[in-house]
Amino acid sequence: MAARAGLAVAYGSRLAGHGGSVLGGRVTLALDARALPRLSEGRTIALVSGTNGKTTTTGLLAAALGTGGSVVTNDSGANLPYGLVAALTADLAAGTAVLEVDEGALPPVVAATRPAVVVLLNLSRDQLDRYGEVRMIAARWRGALADAPGAHVVANADDPIVVWAARAAASVTWVGAGQSWREDAATCPACGHQLRWDGAAWACGSCDLARPEPALSVDGDTLVSRRGERIAVELRLPGRCNVANAAMAAAAAQHLGVPTARAVAAMSETTEVAGRYRVVRVGSSLARLLLAKNPAGWVEALDLLRPPPLPVVVAINARVADGRDPSWLWDVPFERLRGRSVVASGERAADLAVRLRYADVEHETCSDPLDAVRGLGAPAVDLAANYTAFQGVVGATARAG
Amino acid sequence: MPADSVVGIALLHPELLGTYGDGGNALVLAQRLRWRGVEAEVLPVHAGEPVPSSCELYVLGGGEDAPQALAAAELGDGALARAVDRGAVVFAVCAGFQILGHEFLIAEGPRPGLGLLDCTTVRRAPRRAVGELVVEPDARLGLTTLTGYENHAGLTELGPDVRPLGRVMAGAGNAGDGREGAVVGRVVGTYLHGPALARNPALADLLLSWVMGRELAPVDDGDVERLRHERLAAALGRRARLRGWRRRVAIPVTR
Ligand SMILES: [Zn+2]
Repeated sequence: MAARAGLAVAYGSRLAGHGGSVLGGRVTLALDARALPRLSEGRTIALVSGTNGKTTTTGLLAAALGTGGSVVTNDSGANLPYGLVAALTADLAAGTAVLEVDEGALPPVVAATRPAVVVLLNLSRDQLDRYGEVRMIAARWRGALADAPGAHVVANADDPIVVWAARAAASVTWVGAGQSWREDAATCPACGHQLRWDGAAWACGSCDLARPEPALSVDGDTLVSRRGERIAVELRLPGRCNVANAAMAAAAAQHLGVPTARAVAAMSETTEVAGRYRVVRVGSSLARLLLAKNPAGWVEALDLLRPPPLPVVVAINARVADGRDPSWLWDVPFERLRGRSVVASGERAADLAVRLRYADVEHETCSDPLDAVRGLGAPAVDLAANYTAFQGVVGATARAG
Repeated sequence: MPADSVVGIALLHPELLGTYGDGGNALVLAQRLRWRGVEAEVLPVHAGEPVPSSCELYVLGGGEDAPQALAAAELGDGALARAVDRGAVVFAVCAGFQILGHEFLIAEGPRPGLGLLDCTTVRRAPRRAVGELVVEPDARLGLTTLTGYENHAGLTELGPDVRPLGRVMAGAGNAGDGREGAVVGRVVGTYLHGPALARNPALADLLLSWVMGRELAPVDDGDVERLRHERLAAALGRRARLRGWRRRVAIPVTR
C-alpha cells in the first residue's frame, strides 16, 4: 500500500517537474485517490480560503513561514485538489505547506489534509450560478471544522458568515480584519433574523451570534494586539485589503510559532502575487494589473485606481471560473468612474458597456484588453480585470515579455 | 420642480433581495425617465422601515432563503397591496416574484406570500434551473423577445387569475411548463435576471408608460442592442439554426 502510494507520488512529482504542475496533480490524483492525505501526512499544513484575498494571503503567509524553513505553496492560484497535490509534490522535503483552497472544495480538503491552521478570510456572493447560496457554503464549512478538532482556525471577526462558520471549530483566533462589503450580511446566518450593525460591532437581534473580541485588529497600516501592542505593516502591495490579508496571515503565522514582527517583516518583501499589481509594458504604455472577481473585490479595486487623467480599462469575462452570469456588475459602484477615460473590455464588454451607460460613464468598447490599452496610447494605464480576463492578460504579457 | 412631479421608485429590501444585481432594475427605470427629462428618485427601503405609500413603482429582486422569508414577513403589513390597489406598478424578480404569490418554499418549509399574484411556489425542481433564459412575450404586451439569466430551484405554478409574461424559448422558466413569469394588471413577476430591465429596455419602457399614462419617446439604446444581439445569439444560436427560429425571433441587429 505505502509502496504504491510512494510510486504514485514520485510519478506525480516527476510529471509536476516536467511542466504542467496541474497536469501532474491530475495524474497523481487519478493514480491515487488518497494522494492528498498521504502527501499531507507528517507535514504542517495551513489552508487559506474565502471569497477574496486567498491568493495574496497565501503568498504572504508562505513568505512569513518561509523564515522558519522550506515551504511549498500553490501561489499560482490552482486551488482545487489536483492543484494542491501538484504543490505538495513540488518539494517532498518541505515540512510546511501553505495552500489556497477554493471555498467549495474546503470541506473535503480539511478532511484530507488534517491542517494545523485554517484561515477563513470572508464569504460573499461570487459565481452564484455555480455555488448556490453563500450561507450553504458556510454551513458546509461548519460541518468540516466540527469534524477537525485538530485544526486551529484564524477567522475574520468582521464577517458574520465567517464567524458563524468558524464557531464550529475547536479553537479560533479572531482577527478584526474589516469588511467593506456588507450586502451579504443583512440576516443572521444562524437564525435568519436581522443583524444589527453599530460601526464595526454587529450582533443578531435574536440569537447569540455577535462579533467576537478580536485578538488582532487592523488600524490603518498598523496591527494592534488585544494587549495594545502595535506593529506597523509596510507592504509593497497597495490597499487596505492587503493590510487585512497581512493581519490574517500574521495571526496564522503566530499560531505556527513565527512572531508577528518577524512575519510582518518577511511579508514586506512581497511585491506581487501571481501577477496581481504587476506592471507590464503594452505597446508604449505601462499597464498596472488589478484583479477583482466579485462585487466586494471590485469595491476594493476601484479604491486602488490611480487618480484621473490616468485611463482605466475594465475587462470582464463570464466563463465557468468567473461565473456565467455577470448580473453582479450592477452591484459594483461603477458610477465612481464618471468623468474618467474608460474602456469596456473582455468577452462580456457588451454587458459592462450597458452598465457603464446607466452609470453615466462615457466609454469606448474594445473586447481585447491589450488592444484596449494600446488604443489609449497613454503612458500609464490601470487595467482591472476579473478572473479569466486577468489570467489571459497575465499569460499574454508573460509570453510577450 | 414640485415634489409631486418626481416619480418615486421604491427598491424594496435591497439588502435582502439583491443577490443577483436586480437592484439595477430600479436604476434602469430611474435613468430612462431622467434621459427623457422626467425627474425620478430611487428610494431604497430597508428591513424595519415602513414601505412608502406614495411611490409609483415598487421593485423587488432575488435573494437567498432566509432573507426571502424575512422580506416576505416585512412586506406582509399590507402596504404593498394598498399601493397596488392605488394603481402602482410592481416589478418583482425571482425570490421577489415568489413572495408576490400565495405561498413560497424555503429550506425550512412553506411560507405565506403576499397574494398579489395568483401563483404558488411550493415545489422544488430536482436540479436548479441555471442559465440563459429567452422568452417570447405575450403578444398583448407589444414587446420584443425577452432575454435574461435564470437561477432558481423553486417551481412556480400559475393560477387562473394571472397570465404568463411569455412563452419559454430557451431555459426553464416558471416550472418547466413552457410558461415564464406572471402578469396581472400592473404587477409583473419574472425569473429573468440580467437585470431584466437592463437587458430588455422595451419592458422597462412598458412599465414606465403605465406610470406616465403615455408612450415614451425613444432613447439611444445602441449599447443594449449590441448586448441583446450577443445574448440572444448565444442562447438561441444553435436552436435557431436547427429549427429555423431565427426567422421567427426578432434578434435585434447591431446598429
Ligand atoms: Zn441569530
